[in-house]
Amino acid sequence: MRTEFWIAQAFNGISYGALLFLLASGLSLIFGVMRIVNLAHGSYFMLGGYVGLSVALYTKSYTLALLAGAVAIGLVGIGMERLFLRRLRGEVLGQVLMTIGFALIFQDLALLIWGGDPYTVPIPKMLSGTVRFGGAAFPIYRIFIVAVAFVVGLALWLALDRTRAGAMIRAAVDDAEMAGGVGINVPRVSLAVFALGAALAALGGVIGGGFLGVYPGADFEVLPYAFVVVIVGGLGSLPGAVAGSLLVGLLDNFGKALFPELSYFTLFAPMAIILAIRPTGLFGRV
Amino acid sequence: MGRRALLAAAALAVLALVGPVLPAYPLTLLTQALIVGILAMSLDLLLGYSGMPSLGHAAYFGVGAYAVAIMTTERQVGLIGCLVVGILLATLTAAVFGLLAIRAAGTYFLMITLALGMVVWGLAFRWVSLTKGDNGISGVPRPTLLGLELITAVPFFYFCLVSAAVAWVLMGLLVVSPFGLGLRGIRGSESRMQALGYNVWLHKYVAFVLSGAFAGFAGTLWAYYNGFVSPNDVQLVTSVETLLMVALGGPGTLIGSMLGAGLIVFLKNFVSVYTKRWLLILGGVYIGVILFAPTGIVGALRGRRR
Repeated sequence: MRTEFWIAQAFNGISYGALLFLLASGLSLIFGVMRIVNLAHGSYFMLGGYVGLSVALYTKSYTLALLAGAVAIGLVGIGMERLFLRRLRGEVLGQVLMTIGFALIFQDLALLIWGGDPYTVPIPKMLSGTVRFGGAAFPIYRIFIVAVAFVVGLALWLALDRTRAGAMIRAAVDDAEMAGGVGINVPRVSLAVFALGAALAALGGVIGGGFLGVYPGADFEVLPYAFVVVIVGGLGSLPGAVAGSLLVGLLDNFGKALFPELSYFTLFAPMAIILAIRPTGLFGRV
Repeated sequence: MGRRALLAAAALAVLALVGPVLPAYPLTLLTQALIVGILAMSLDLLLGYSGMPSLGHAAYFGVGAYAVAIMTTERQVGLIGCLVVGILLATLTAAVFGLLAIRAAGTYFLMITLALGMVVWGLAFRWVSLTKGDNGISGVPRPTLLGLELITAVPFFYFCLVSAAVAWVLMGLLVVSPFGLGLRGIRGSESRMQALGYNVWLHKYVAFVLSGAFAGFAGTLWAYYNGFVSPNDVQLVTSVETLLMVALGGPGTLIGSMLGAGLIVFLKNFVSVYTKRWLLILGGVYIGVILFAPTGIVGALRGRRR
């Protein structure tokens, strides 16, 4: 019984971490390239969930829901970056306030369109149920989340490490000015990264909508988690996002299971300790 | 300075005279604006004068408010005791958080203060045996000061007016002191001040802690004003709204933050009467302020005068 508890909790933590990775990897990349603290990132997660919900209910297709959520919110991201945020290059506070403004507008629009009731994105039969393994039961949907995060993480790593576009992004993360100097179109790279980040968060929102549900307030609920992942892992670092997501997922799960009254504290206190030792996060450079 | 002090004294006198003749609802809003204005000014101390945009300022406000709520409902502690303990606890929280946050600058500072603010929110939300969790703590009684009962709206309004004036004067003295000038120098160029031999870290740290103390003061008043404290008072949206008030009024002006706070409080309450879409409008205000009035109200007025 005892070991089963630990195994089940550890698996829950890892699968939650996988979901957080989808949300936070984009936030981290956006930060790395553009130095924007995007408080609307949680909104992409929530809106993605809602769009996915509507598409899933309308078309009965989970795959289409995933695609539609990611594409629609990717477009929202493009609009936000191209029309608004780009005007405020280098103005940290202005950008923050603007992303907050968008977050509030998205929250209210979602309430207006989808109402205040919580929903769950319907998941295909193939992904429901559990598999038993060595005496412990694992929900198939959570295994699916880990698999998606793994594939996305691998694809991101390959793209960043092995392709020309990835090299351009890495150059922009290291030094945007120099990257511009050697002929890289940094504004276009920024736009692409922003859209990718928004789409990944929305993908996370649709997938998360299958077991956490979609509801008003989900945006500001996941946002701090994404921030802690990025702070702990290091801004702009993919390995950092992996490590941060797993750490936060596990800490959150064990914190809630073992010390329910202090569960947020058990999440944020380790973050504070890591920051005290390494102010730029585990994998961050200055 | 003389002209500004005169202007402020006139504004105070007008508020003091207008108070008793105002209908109940506007008077309540005015009281609320004064309290939130103290919070906004405390953030301006960080943002406008020291160049540190905190995204977790509701934390110290919340600590002050919860301290009062718990002490009055569980132990019947009086006003002075509540003020002292509330401000002390908020200061202590800022002293701990400051150690972590001051190491970072710019965007890192924003993210760390956001996350630290969430620690306090998390405790308020989950530490049910102390804070009653999501239900919040209700039934905070209005205080008595030296035998004067501040229970009805008008005496309580005067109490808040005096509190806001005292806070404004103290912070005003702080920012024109050599210490305050040092802060402005650091905002302009940290490396220059370092080279000139200033202890940059200590300046920033002291500013951070003092700012937390004033935010805590606003929090203690808030608990008395509202009679109810809940995790909503500590949440991210509260921190962010405070940031908007400062940006709207004009960072680095103190009194501008008070104006910004007043504007948002009145706007919020009047708009909510007519429509449920308050958040939509508030979001629009954020974007509008950034696009059209990046230096805030006071900044725009000063620009015109030149």
